Amino acid sequence: MEFAFTDEQVMIADTVRGFFAEHASSERTRAAMAASGTAAGIDRALWSSFASELGLAGVGLPEDHGGAGLGMVEFALVAEAAGSKVAAIPLLGLAMVGRGIAAGGSDAQKSQWLPRLAGGEVMAAAAWADGLRANDGRLSTTLNFVPHGGAADLLLVYGGDDAWLVDLKGDGVAVTTHVTMDQTRPLATIVLDGAAVEPLADGRAATMAALAAGWICLSAEALGGAQETLDRTVAYSRERVQFGRAIGSFQAYKHRLADMMVEIEQARSAVYWAACALDEGSEEATLALHAAKSFCADTYHMCAGNMIQLHGGIGFTWEHDAHLFFKRARSILTLLGDGQWHREQVARLIMGAAA
Amino acid sequence: MKLGFSPADEAFRAECAAWLTAQMNGPFADIRGIPNLCDAIPRRKEWEQQLAAHQWSCIGWPEQWGGRNATLAQQVIFAEEYARAGAPNRINHIGVELAGPTILAFGTEQQKAQYLPGIAAGTAIWCQGYSEPGAGSDLANVKTKARLESGEWVVNGQKVWTSLAHYSDMIFVVARSEEGSKGPKGISFLLMDIDQPGIEVRPIRQMNGEAEFNETFLTDARCAGDAMLGARGDGWKVAMALLAFERGVSTLGQQMQFRNELDAVIDAARTHGKAADPVIRQRIAKAEIGLRLMRYGALRMLSGTDPAAIDGAALTYKIQWATWRRDLGELAMDVLGQAGEIADGDHDGWGPLPNMYLFSRSDTIYGGTNQIQRNLIAERGLGLPREPRGEL
Repeated sequence: MEFAFTDEQVMIADTVRGFFAEHASSERTRAAMAASGTAAGIDRALWSSFASELGLAGVGLPEDHGGAGLGMVEFALVAEAAGSKVAAIPLLGLAMVGRGIAAGGSDAQKSQWLPRLAGGEVMAAAAWADGLRANDGRLSTTLNFVPHGGAADLLLVYGGDDAWLVDLKGDGVAVTTHVTMDQTRPLATIVLDGAAVEPLADGRAATMAALAAGWICLSAEALGGAQETLDRTVAYSRERVQFGRAIGSFQAYKHRLADMMVEIEQARSAVYWAACALDEGSEEATLALHAAKSFCADTYHMCAGNMIQLHGGIGFTWEHDAHLFFKRARSILTLLGDGQWHREQVARLIMGAAA
Repeated sequence: MKLGFSPADEAFRAECAAWLTAQMNGPFADIRGIPNLCDAIPRRKEWEQQLAAHQWSCIGWPEQWGGRNATLAQQVIFAEEYARAGAPNRINHIGVELAGPTILAFGTEQQKAQYLPGIAAGTAIWCQGYSEPGAGSDLANVKTKARLESGEWVVNGQKVWTSLAHYSDMIFVVARSEEGSKGPKGISFLLMDIDQPGIEVRPIRQMNGEAEFNETFLTDARCAGDAMLGARGDGWKVAMALLAFERGVSTLGQQMQFRNELDAVIDAARTHGKAADPVIRQRIAKAEIGLRLMRYGALRMLSGTDPAAIDGAALTYKIQWATWRRDLGELAMDVLGQAGEIADGDHDGWGPLPNMYLFSRSDTIYGGTNQIQRNLIAERGLGLPREPRGEL
């Protein structure tokens, strides 16, 4: 037992942090935010260099199928770094669809899709739906609030014992991207009207793997984002002078920053506990995932809110980045199950269902 | 990064679980699961000695001094099995977890030979002479004076909040040894016998009714000139290093106590018809998550080799657990309802959960208040400017 990063993991963390710090600038993210249609909320050049130059899109996907191998601990390091810059990339869809296919796809499906996902040629999105039935390999339904659904080429529909892949460029598919509060991950409505779908070999395995990967991705993004809001606010508090002192020297101010650090350190434990438990197939993994998703989302939202408050007026402007973090945090709170739902799952695990 | 235990670790788990269970079902069944710190003191001293006789009293210490050189994984396992078996809180916690490691780090070979065997054997119970009436959060303001007289330290002053002093054999005392010094400079770290005419211990009754802490008066109290850790006048460094051990492996045992307390709250929710209440379920889930994160935070702190990462987890640990337990106390009372407000007999006859509720109000105070913790986190962890200080 050694709950610390290996040298290789430290190296990966340094590499991805450096990559996003250099490339995922506020200017580029804002350009992606301002785009519309299939370009909305996507920095395609960033995604392309992320996937092809660094080969990072394959982290967490099997090596036999063009992935980089490694596990969810390494993937979490990537998602943490991406989240810290609110990078406008379809990482959530990649994680959910890639891990879903790897767990529930046939060999042919893995060979067909995983190399293209890992190479960044195909962008993917995932949509939850319960109790659907395909007729003659065709599906008709409306899927709401699909993250990055407007930019994606490939859709995974999951949620029960069945899961399907849908070519979003095919017939019978209509996609509408909404103006979304978090402009770095816009939500889309996807209407399938007799669209051709391909069932995955093991839908339940795909569903479980997609959800687990999604929860890790969101938790790690939240951790990275929360740490960044703390770092930026600390920097500001050392420069900004009022009453003849740096505002960071006032206890009313510094205690709030300390509270952020207390939550963030726990969020860090949560992310890497959950990722490591998942990699090791530990019996704690399910509880850890629910714990991580609920705790990290709450932490991020608290920290991003504090960032605005502790910056004063400038923190409330469009020009300042604080609202990018705040809006991403808001969206993570609800995505893939809100905090109350995750905590109820924890309660069920430790004390059974409510009688 | 790896969370699982090796087969050798699991074998170790079986060994200590078997021994502990046999003790708690056999010769020490009478002190199994007793919750507070002041009950059955003679039996608990015997228990310390039984642990020692089987080399379980200080497993993290070097073998030379009665330990087992236990790895981190083994110490985690022992703490877990100790709590699972229902073994009582260690009455010599301060000796084993604080005084011992500090003596190992700062003591001469002669001092190690003099003090460590008693701690390891469970025959020397230790307490901590830090706080004074005028030196609480501002510990460096200690006024207790020590002067050398014919090769002996002669100590005068008053300590307060001295936990378990009335059951202890030894006390470590921070005292001002350099005339005219102020603040952290000029303090020496002395090791004194409690049982002497110059030391008087008066128990202080706490808000939960029991008296676990004390006032300790030193009036020409004495110890040998070399009964001192670190250099003369340089004891602040030793005193601070000791506090760092408080965040060490001992946290794991404490967490197992928390585990038992949370399980008791869950049981109480069932017996008081609250197990289906969605708000209570949310709060129990939050407590469960907090406890798990405490465990993994401690493991990060103890596993790591990256000092920056260790600092983050270590600096935030005290406020984290103290706040968690205070919240658990409030949850326990909400679960119990008015039944929780009825004592059995006198005002120290509280059941374990109401007693925990009352006691937890001290958790956010002792060992550095939550407010002092936030200052430390902000100044050391985040590098923010220090609060301006008044004149000493």
